[in-house]
Amino acid sequence: MESLTQTIQAVPLNHYILLSTIIFSIGVMGVLLRRNAIVIFMSVELMLNSVNLLLTAFSVYRGDAAGQVFVFFIMALAAAEVAVGLAIIVMIYRNTNSIDINVLNRLKW
Amino acid sequence: MSTFYFIAFLSIFFSILVISAKNPVHSILYLILTFFTFTIHYILMNAQFLAIVNFIVYMGAILVLFLYTLMLINLNKESEPVKPFMVKIAAVFGGGILAVALVSSLKSLGVSDPVVLKNPELGLVKNLGKVLFHEFLLPFEVSSVLLLSAMVGAVLLATKDPKEPKATI
Repeated sequence: MESLTQTIQAVPLNHYILLSTIIFSIGVMGVLLRRNAIVIFMSVELMLNSVNLLLTAFSVYRGDAAGQVFVFFIMALAAAEVAVGLAIIVMIYRNTNSIDINVLNRLKW
Repeated sequence: MSTFYFIAFLSIFFSILVISAKNPVHSILYLILTFFTFTIHYILMNAQFLAIVNFIVYMGAILVLFLYTLMLINLNKESEPVKPFMVKIAAVFGGGILAVALVSSLKSLGVSDPVVLKNPELGLVKNLGKVLFHEFLLPFEVSSVLLLSAMVGAVLLATKDPKEPKATI
């Protein structure tokens, strides 16, 4: 494990921020591109995970364990969100026979 | 050092495949691979607790829940109509603009210190448990209430109400 952690010694913090930014933007693109509600949920998970990675990188950078505890709370929140969201999707499918989000455009008014 | 760049490339590659795969099942499988690369990132930062939790909770629980729901729903081929081409261009453009804005603000920040693990014990279960149960005890308990209410809400939403007639839309 000691030799493994030596490998990150030279990675600048900016590159972690860059990686998280790119993955967060890919998640935003997924939300905008797709119409399948489950794929949209997966894109939201992608965004949450990029933020998790960035929080961990900052935590290691500052030597503060609070960041990793925040990641733990975000994971608990994501589990709750996924359970409720998938239940809503199942209910929508039962009522409309589709998980296309454009079916729900009557919620606008 | 090059390990990080290789894994970062894999993360970006698989996350692009997640949003571009036509079949939602393939999309979920690519998302599992993406989360596996995230686990490797955590191991590289010696955040062992987060690596294990990411592996068990995300890859083991949440994505299985996704797959299970997808198979419960039994999608047809024609269930996802494609968006018009201009809307796709606009979506990619919007995401790209967001990335460019964030990266340019990062560039004006101008910090470039390397990430150095000062305390190798930082991400271990022993250290994180001490922090979690001393400083973050109240949020920990509140999150248990959150999980309980989410569980009750999910069961309440997903069960059929036998008394009500089936909604026709």
